[in-house]
Amino acid sequence: MANKTIRVDYIARVEGEGALDLRIRDGRVTSARLKIFEPPRLFEALLRGRGFAEAPDITARICGICPVAYQMSAVHAMEDALGVKVAGPLRGLRRLLYCGEWIESHALHVVMLHAPDFLGYPDAIQMAREHGDAVRRGLALKKTGNGLMRILGGREIHPVNVRVGGFYRTPSRAELAFLTDDLKRARDLAVETVRWVARFPFPNFERDYEFVALRHPDEYPFNEGRIVSSRGLDILAREYEAEFEERHVAYSTALQSVLKRRGSYLVGPMARYNLNFDHLPSHVQTLAHEVGLGPECRNPFQSVIVRAIEVVYACDEALRIIGAYQEPDMPAAPLEPRAGIGRACTEAPRGILYHRYQLNDDGSILEARIVPPTSQNQLSMEEDLCEVASRSLDLADDALRDRCEQTIRNYDPCISCSCHFLKLAVDRS
Amino acid sequence: MTNVLLVGMGNPDRGDDGIGPVVTRQLLGRVPPNVAIIERTGDALALIEDWTGRDAVILVDAAAPGTTPGRIHRLDMLNDVLPAELSLSSTHAFGVANAVGLARTLGLLPRTMIVYAVEGANFAPGAPLSAKVAAAVGEVVSRLTVELRLLRAEEASHA
Repeated sequence: MANKTIRVDYIARVEGEGALDLRIRDGRVTSARLKIFEPPRLFEALLRGRGFAEAPDITARICGICPVAYQMSAVHAMEDALGVKVAGPLRGLRRLLYCGEWIESHALHVVMLHAPDFLGYPDAIQMAREHGDAVRRGLALKKTGNGLMRILGGREIHPVNVRVGGFYRTPSRAELAFLTDDLKRARDLAVETVRWVARFPFPNFERDYEFVALRHPDEYPFNEGRIVSSRGLDILAREYEAEFEERHVAYSTALQSVLKRRGSYLVGPMARYNLNFDHLPSHVQTLAHEVGLGPECRNPFQSVIVRAIEVVYACDEALRIIGAYQEPDMPAAPLEPRAGIGRACTEAPRGILYHRYQLNDDGSILEARIVPPTSQNQLSMEEDLCEVASRSLDLADDALRDRCEQTIRNYDPCISCSCHFLKLAVDRS
Repeated sequence: MTNVLLVGMGNPDRGDDGIGPVVTRQLLGRVPPNVAIIERTGDALALIEDWTGRDAVILVDAAAPGTTPGRIHRLDMLNDVLPAELSLSSTHAFGVANAVGLARTLGLLPRTMIVYAVEGANFAPGAPLSAKVAAAVGEVVSRLTVELRLLRAEEASHA
């Protein structure tokens, strides 16, 4: 039994469709290939010829879980092209909308999709029989995130209120104040969720990742900041394509993004946490310490704790923004179309999302480029899978398959976005 | 008054997946005031929020893969066992059957929960309803009208 192939034909509990082929030769994992077979989405071509103002609503359709991320990267890239800077209350509202998406997306993944892996249940429904309170907390958190999305975005999924320059309609102070009590309860539920997930059994596994995330001088990042890494990268969004490139691999409809000089890297909650721990409020840092997490975390399985910590942060930040909110004079900054190129990166729940647009002088889109976080994490996922599988070869195929799926879910991959989840094939032939 | 929620579940741009919204749109303005009609396309988990506080929920959805396109199944989610061959289609991580299963485990199901599932044939992007599924729309609408009347009658008998 020196050689075998383990094949997972459909990876469950992820967004989108993909498969994993694991090849084992002479007791060694020789390859782990993530085969993403979602059909190509062709959004970049679809955007050509459309008006600059249409980009946030068109790109939001790339993903039902993280539409806000697409809207935010789109508006910031367009504003870069048009030479406009959005500040004040409108900037605060954008962060607030992102808080809603992080809460909703992270709560779904932490409680409903990832937790069953650690507790040995096939899904959240089976888990709910013995962990009903935890599941109710997850649903309540998700509802709070939805509430923010509804008030700021007009509806929970594919919000329609974001526009280049700001919003179509801004909320009143009273409308936002209405969310305060719910957010305070949600913050307490998020703290309980952090303590719950921190007690999960974690494999003893660490890798020396190059973390890549935004870094802002004063804030835990959502919309703004330089692109920095744990190995010294420190660039503006406009320099992104000089440092990163997407490569085509024959077995996947998703491109794999790499650092031109160093290869794989990791984006998402662990990268943000490791590069921005000092920007978390002191009580959130204290909570992390209390549950045994220092300022550095290199165990990808513990990303479930980091995500839960980010939910606490997002609830806190939402309360801070609502408390300081002053209704703006205008819902959006005035814009004049002009020719130019605009680029932006914002922090989607799963990591940095890059957009570039080239505009004609009438504001129509000549060219669009979108690099989603799951494309950026694909190579890192394959490397994790090689390592995890190499250490787990004594497991039976079913158990090995489960461990591989859990390893993939560490990334909360969004395959629809990357294409762009799992069938596992283990080849020990 | 019995507080009823009627949900048209599905994506009208995905062929027979659109049966739910096609049916509920025909009932807009033709239902008693105790009935709210909504459409849902994606995340079935959000349904648990939608039916919070409702006495009765009726949900219209497509089922796949259908062996008999256009065949109508009426499922009492509190009392029936979902037939193994019937899968309520979902393009997302969490489908309707999952949401109902989770709500049942957590004790969050309404007193009445009926699913009308219509077997589909074609779920291609941009496709219209296939002929046999389109032909079932009228019957689902009629049966829902009766279902809503029965719920009112049931309420009257409790009064």
